Amino acid sequence: MMHGHSLTSTPAIYAVVAEFSSDNEILRATKRAREAGYKKMDCYTPFPVHGLAEALEFEDKVLPWVMFIAALTGTFVGFGMEIYALAYDYPMNVGGRPLVSWPSFIPVAYEMTILLCAFGAVFGMLGLNGLPRPYHSIFNTPGFDLASQDRFFLAIEATDPQFDVERTEQFLESLHPERVSIVEK
Amino acid sequence: MGKLTKREKPEILPAGEFIEGAVDYRSLDNTIGTLVLNQGNHRWPWYATFAIGFGLLQLLGLAITWLLWRGVGIWGINNSVAWGFDIVNFVWWIGIGHAGTLISAVLLLVRQTWRNSINRFAEAMTLFAVNCAGIFPLLHAGRPWVAYWMFPYPNILGMWPQFRSPLLWDVFAVTTYITVSALFWFVGLIPDLATLRDKSKNPIFKYIFGAASLGWRGSAKHWHRYETAYMTLAGISTPLVLSVHTIVSFDFAVSVVPGWHATIFPPYFVAGAVYAGFAMVLTLAIPLRKWYKLEGIITMKHIDWMAKIMLATSLVVLYGYVCELFYAHYSGNTYEIFMINNRMFGPYGWSYWALIFCNGVVPQFLWSPKVRKNLLLLFVISQVVSVGMWLERFVIIVVSLTRLFLPSSWAMYYPTVWDWMMYIGTLGLFTFLMFGFVRVLPMVTIFEMKELLSRIRHKRHLGLNNAPLHAGNGHNGHGGHGGEAPIHTEPLGRPAADKEE
Repeated sequence: MMHGHSLTSTPAIYAVVAEFSSDNEILRATKRAREAGYKKMDCYTPFPVHGLAEALEFEDKVLPWVMFIAALTGTFVGFGMEIYALAYDYPMNVGGRPLVSWPSFIPVAYEMTILLCAFGAVFGMLGLNGLPRPYHSIFNTPGFDLASQDRFFLAIEATDPQFDVERTEQFLESLHPERVSIVEK
Repeated sequence: MGKLTKREKPEILPAGEFIEGAVDYRSLDNTIGTLVLNQGNHRWPWYATFAIGFGLLQLLGLAITWLLWRGVGIWGINNSVAWGFDIVNFVWWIGIGHAGTLISAVLLLVRQTWRNSINRFAEAMTLFAVNCAGIFPLLHAGRPWVAYWMFPYPNILGMWPQFRSPLLWDVFAVTTYITVSALFWFVGLIPDLATLRDKSKNPIFKYIFGAASLGWRGSAKHWHRYETAYMTLAGISTPLVLSVHTIVSFDFAVSVVPGWHATIFPPYFVAGAVYAGFAMVLTLAIPLRKWYKLEGIITMKHIDWMAKIMLATSLVVLYGYVCELFYAHYSGNTYEIFMINNRMFGPYGWSYWALIFCNGVVPQFLWSPKVRKNLLLLFVISQVVSVGMWLERFVIIVVSLTRLFLPSSWAMYYPTVWDWMMYIGTLGLFTFLMFGFVRVLPMVTIFEMKELLSRIRHKRHLGLNNAPLHAGNGHNGHGGHGGEAPIHTEPLGRPAADKEE
């Protein structure tokens, strides 16, 4: 593989990445990139910067459903398990109470709802984010170790229809970042 | 590392903010991260406390070994008082755990950003306290090697657990609680582990933190889902934590034992749990912030607010005690009236008055701002509250059982040396785990502190030094929106070229 920055548009380029030093700046830069028509972009920040997802026009509609369905599954599995176990498979008369004594089945079904919802939230979030993922091209960005510390990165990806190494680089330079890097795959 | 760009001067935040002193994002990383990355930071207080914890942990090992060899007969429990120290300690530990969830989930939901400084170690406290709690019912069941019988699984015995029993609800509540707490804790750790991965120079640390952070890269799209998941976890942990102690109180309230059978139990148990938990958070926070120089992160304002929560919950539990007195007499029920008189003036009367002293009288000192600023006094009061909450469970559980309906089955309860060893042993286990944690994981949530710092900066209309977004409108125009205003409501019109002047 070629090392160093290639100025020709080869498929080996992953993105052009600009580095900013504050959340305000990256937010403004992302909005400008969006206005300039770039679509395949992502930002990398040390903490959640509010407004960035909107600026990227990114909205996840799947995760809330994953969590909701997981929670409902918990409720039904909980109640179903209790009714099956205590009313059908092993009916036991306790003090003449009805076999399907649903009020006393609530706590277990409730806890199951919360448990499965939590699994849905955590594993749904990780799954949709594609984690764990040990390697990603963005890690080739010089100084990217600061993305988890105090720097904010905006990456315009090579798959963007408007992407052109030189023009994209010039565009990013016009946003006055700390630096612009061309990142290989 | 490439070109190291100019570094802004850390901003000096005055006392009264949730972060004090000279801070920027990197200084936060350093203050918190070095506790893990530079193991030389851990000096004698760490070694001393860890050694004590480890020593006491040996008592737990000894007590459990002998218990497994001989059975629960080595404890002080008897036919009348079948629930002794084991259940007292179980409820006490679970209660302590609840403050962690309250801080991490409830305060997150109500957007109390001051929680950011204390939530990580409060969550760790939750996990470890619930671990300690779990040991007791498990061993009290007598044959812990078949504890899995409590879970519903198709088995050759052809039997199912009794889902109508509060004790089984407890199994579900506590296992769900520890699982969700662990997930919540881990999710909060992921971005911080990535920070440690990137800061670490040691290849082994880098590898471990790299693997543990799951390759987190801080993508805005990931953060978006992350926050959805995190807020949802907080949202479901809130009813969870209430349900857990409610169900623990059902262990008592659903029975017919005088002193247990009361509708006030769930709210009063939950308040007591928060009360004991905040006492434990203060017990840990006061020495840790001093030893690790975290005074700028866990500020006096945090300490003050925690003390106030302790005061508020002390009033709730005190109200509970008064209600119990009132109920017993108002009910006109012979057994209830006997129970409450026995509780106050019977053979264990001392424990009731000690409880009122610890939980009702001593915390009233917290009304004074001077006391809330005196760390030593606060530390002592926290200890007294911990003892008081332990006594509360003792009074409820043991004293009610010693004199039940039939005088022929009255019996005193005397804990044995094994009971004490188990209890002290779990204190050792807790200390051991807490101090082990402080050494290997960041004890304050770094990314949330950065977010908080960013909010504070926006609130102070300073922006960042090399991006003077608000330079021209310091005290006018934008004073209207509060500190919580999201960044995207800030004016963005100023052209980037401003920087070049």
